[in-house]
Amino acid sequence: MSDAVFIPRFRRASDDSPLMRLVLIAVALGGLALLVVMPLVVVIGQALAQGWGAAIASLASHDAWSAIRLTLLITAIAVPLNAAFGIAAAWFITKFDFRGKAFLITLIDLPFSVSPVVAGLCIVLLFGANSTLGGILIAHGHPVVFAVPGIVLATVFVTFPFVARELIPVMIEQGRAEEEAALTLGASGWRVFASVTLPNIRWALLYGTLLCTARAMGEFGTVAVVSGKIRGQTATMPITIEMLYNEYLSVAAFSMAGLLTCLALITLTLKTGLELRHADALAATRRH
Amino acid sequence: MTRRIWIARSPMPGRGLSAGITLSMLSAVVLLPIGALIWQGAQFGPSGLWDVINRPRVWAALWLSFRLAFLAAAFNLVFGTLLAWVLVRYRFAGRRLVDAAVDLPFALPTAVAGIALTTLYAPNGRLGGLAAQIGWKIAYTQWGIFLALVFVGLPFVTRTVQPVIEEIDTEVEEASATLGASRIHTIRRVILPMLTPAALTGFALSMARGVGEYGSVIFIAGNIPLKTEIAPLLIVIQLEEYNYDAAGAIGLAMLAISFVTLLAINLVQIWSRRRIGHV
Repeated sequence: MSDAVFIPRFRRASDDSPLMRLVLIAVALGGLALLVVMPLVVVIGQALAQGWGAAIASLASHDAWSAIRLTLLITAIAVPLNAAFGIAAAWFITKFDFRGKAFLITLIDLPFSVSPVVAGLCIVLLFGANSTLGGILIAHGHPVVFAVPGIVLATVFVTFPFVARELIPVMIEQGRAEEEAALTLGASGWRVFASVTLPNIRWALLYGTLLCTARAMGEFGTVAVVSGKIRGQTATMPITIEMLYNEYLSVAAFSMAGLLTCLALITLTLKTGLELRHADALAATRRH
Repeated sequence: MTRRIWIARSPMPGRGLSAGITLSMLSAVVLLPIGALIWQGAQFGPSGLWDVINRPRVWAALWLSFRLAFLAAAFNLVFGTLLAWVLVRYRFAGRRLVDAAVDLPFALPTAVAGIALTTLYAPNGRLGGLAAQIGWKIAYTQWGIFLALVFVGLPFVTRTVQPVIEEIDTEVEEASATLGASRIHTIRRVILPMLTPAALTGFALSMARGVGEYGSVIFIAGNIPLKTEIAPLLIVIQLEEYNYDAAGAIGLAMLAISFVTLLAINLVQIWSRRRIGHV
């Protein structure tokens, strides 16, 4: 590739004709502009349609504030749970040999191929007021569906594979030799994990956690089914966006959407930064 | 590993702990809820399930979700591959930025994407207004659903095809050229066959996502029964009416579609591993 830069007069056989380059670049950029860039512009434009004051005032309202707090709470519970699961699953899968490993990995990946609404439906059927388990829990004053535990469960479900998927390829690549060496030198199990494994997987762990956080804050379909959409109690940020939008409160809806968009852009920036600086520590850099 | 031994001996610590956390969380979060759906379906019986599914409104919703997910994935197959090619092979100003922007549909919450696309492509929106002038209605029609599904599925094909293009040895293309093939011929007969397995995997992932997609679609779809009502919305409507049996039956039908798609992805990967040697 770099030769082409220094000898621009000769075209390599693997280079496309200038016309083809121009057309393909134009189609790619045009398509992305219509699909990805314009919607971003719309979010910001609609949020600020009546100026910064109106946008900030709508976010400072009681309902908006409780939605933001709820989303932060859910994320703060769901993401560490997921990270813990991801580390445990990756350790179990990569450090031990057992039958049914491929099947276990398929089961962990399952939430990616289940519709968010079906996931929510499953949780309602298991813990809803009509079910045996749900009936017992409600009788003891611990409702799951239409309450915070249900939203946490829904969020953990949809983000379930994120951390494990990131860690498993990295830990397979690194093998077991370093841990085995530490063990023969007398390190305890936790010491091996903290001093040998964790430094090797930290960037992959951060990467997976980042994707998990973005999804946890933005999950809509599953939460819409499970939460019951009670304003001020079980309405997360995405649910509040839907309610405001359906009430034609455009500025308020898009202000909150703008907040989530900013979070998405920060996530993308951090993710791209990790991919550029620590590409070798992320075996799964290009896979999703 | 001999037969009959489920887990091989290992000096590694933490076997019980890691297995315990993995299996108990997997059971509590994934297997039990999905089991509850299957249990519900089993109690309801095949004929009961069929009675729910075999209604025009349910068929229309399932067929709509499946068909538009297929069409959007087909569009993404072409456009996503083109995008991957442009991002790997061409150098232009802002390429890094464009590369990062491809992931935006993964990062942006679906509800945000839904209201943004609707506002943009509604008849009174910026682009929807332009389309309306030539009599093309996008939002609140099946075109709107198609658009939303293209949006959410876009990164899948690009991100699966990109690493394969990066690995293509340009000498192969040069060899093809020295043997007298035109550039178009080389692309069609040498490059595209190499990309096919990855592109098909991306297609299947994009389609699996599209069939179940809810958040980005419901705002732009218009949600008219028999016309623009997607299957996940029908489940939500049944749940809101506390009609758990019907919701469960439709949910099972969608779960079956997911499993078939998942199976297709695995088959494509096995096929491509045999054909190319890696994925």
